[in-house]
Amino acid sequence: MPKANVTFEKIGITVTVPAGTRLIEISEKVGAGITYGCREGECGTCMMRIISGMENMSERSVLEDKVLQENMAGRNHRLACQAQVLGGDITVKA
Amino acid sequence: MSTLGAIAIAPDTHWVGALDPGLREFDIILKTANGTTYNSYCVRGSSGVAIIDTVKESHAGEFFTRLEQVARYDEITAIVLNHLEPDHTGALPELMRRAPQAKLYISNKAQLMLKALVKHDGLAYTIVNTGDSVDLGGRTLHFLNTPYLHWPDTQCTWLEQQGILFSGDVFGCHFCDSRLFNGQVGDFRFSFEYYYAHIMRPFREHVLDALELIEPLPLKLIAPAHGPILRDAPRSYVQRYRQLAAPLLHNEIGASNKSLLVFYISSYGNTSRMAEAVRDGAETIPGVRVSLYDLQGGGNLPFVDLIEEADGLAFGSPTINGDAVKPVWDLLSSLAVIKVRDKLGAAFGSYGWSGEAVNMIEDRLRGLKLRVPIQGVRARLIPTDEELGLCRDLGKQLALHLTGSIEHRVIAMSELLTQESTHA
Repeated sequence: MPKANVTFEKIGITVTVPAGTRLIEISEKVGAGITYGCREGECGTCMMRIISGMENMSERSVLEDKVLQENMAGRNHRLACQAQVLGGDITVKA
Repeated sequence: MSTLGAIAIAPDTHWVGALDPGLREFDIILKTANGTTYNSYCVRGSSGVAIIDTVKESHAGEFFTRLEQVARYDEITAIVLNHLEPDHTGALPELMRRAPQAKLYISNKAQLMLKALVKHDGLAYTIVNTGDSVDLGGRTLHFLNTPYLHWPDTQCTWLEQQGILFSGDVFGCHFCDSRLFNGQVGDFRFSFEYYYAHIMRPFREHVLDALELIEPLPLKLIAPAHGPILRDAPRSYVQRYRQLAAPLLHNEIGASNKSLLVFYISSYGNTSRMAEAVRDGAETIPGVRVSLYDLQGGGNLPFVDLIEEADGLAFGSPTINGDAVKPVWDLLSSLAVIKVRDKLGAAFGSYGWSGEAVNMIEDRLRGLKLRVPIQGVRARLIPTDEELGLCRDLGKQLALHLTGSIEHRVIAMSELLTQESTHA
């Protein structure tokens, strides 16, 4: 199964995960401080900044794009409950 | 309904809000000994009339009666919403129906709430930010974006020519007195302090940002959305916010050092010994001040003050009947009045049979958005030397995290899932 390496910068931990895992699932288990409110991509609570590896993540859905825009998020932000890791290396500010 | 009419707070500017003297509990979390007011204001210029905030739906009748004393609905050109909580927007849908030509002015983050409140298609509004203004003809409303005071949407509106700040919930309080002005109403100082402590304190950093925008203004009057209108010495309330947003005491260790608080409670001294070991481990790392507190010997309020200033928190609890003990939950349920997000958290504890407390505390800490990257330590009854060693290591790891010197770890997701299932 393809793997991805997700690094949570603030806590200094890299987690090797199967491709397709949502970032929130990793963040919760590793205790990175990103938590969710609704877990359905509406509340924006789990918004986080991707430092590198955005190209290794699933595309934003229409809903995620809308919520990020409403929260005035920059291009480097994603909702952890929506974004899936596809492979390669990804670094998150958390 | 009160017979009080619209009250002039400055030439061509009126209070048209509502009094709610019977209210004793606001939004479940706040007490009030004499009710509250929902303050709405009407500003008249030569070419337009603005309504700033409305009132709770149950008090809409009072609001419309007062509004009709100073303006016709077809004259209203602008409706400014400084904050969209229902106690200020309850009368909005009806006001929009009566004054359909009026333009709505809201902050960027208010859009989501506005759509949830006014559920009709084709809803039109103008998003405003700091630097934007609306000209009413000789009266200019300037907007100040002051988010998170106490919702993401909050803003203040500055009426330049009259030196009036329509501050929304900022500088407000739950206090009802029909004499309205701070120099005439009863003593409301405790209400002002209580409101800050419960509503604004969790957003201290945002209060400081907002004060940067507010302090340079030549203030003549502050017109908040609740409680007395601050006409006498308005700047003293701004200064009070500045004081309240500062740390309570001088921090002896200086900004470069980190603070780790270890809280514990122990019935047989086992969790207490673990707590001491966590402390001892943390103290081996320079640059971290470690403090140990027995929850049985303290009250929640001072602990909440300490937590607000701390960088890391560790909680030790025995497991009794499958749960962490009440004093731990009491403290962990008292943190809504401060910001704890992004602090470092950990748990440990002794247990007899099942030992759920540590996981439950960790879950709560994660729910509060703390970072909990180090697995807690559990010991069955009397901790062994090895288990005390694990506690010392937990303390050390926490301290290394706080000083930014933790060694980078690489782990597999499957390992995380196994840890969780063996620990549960």
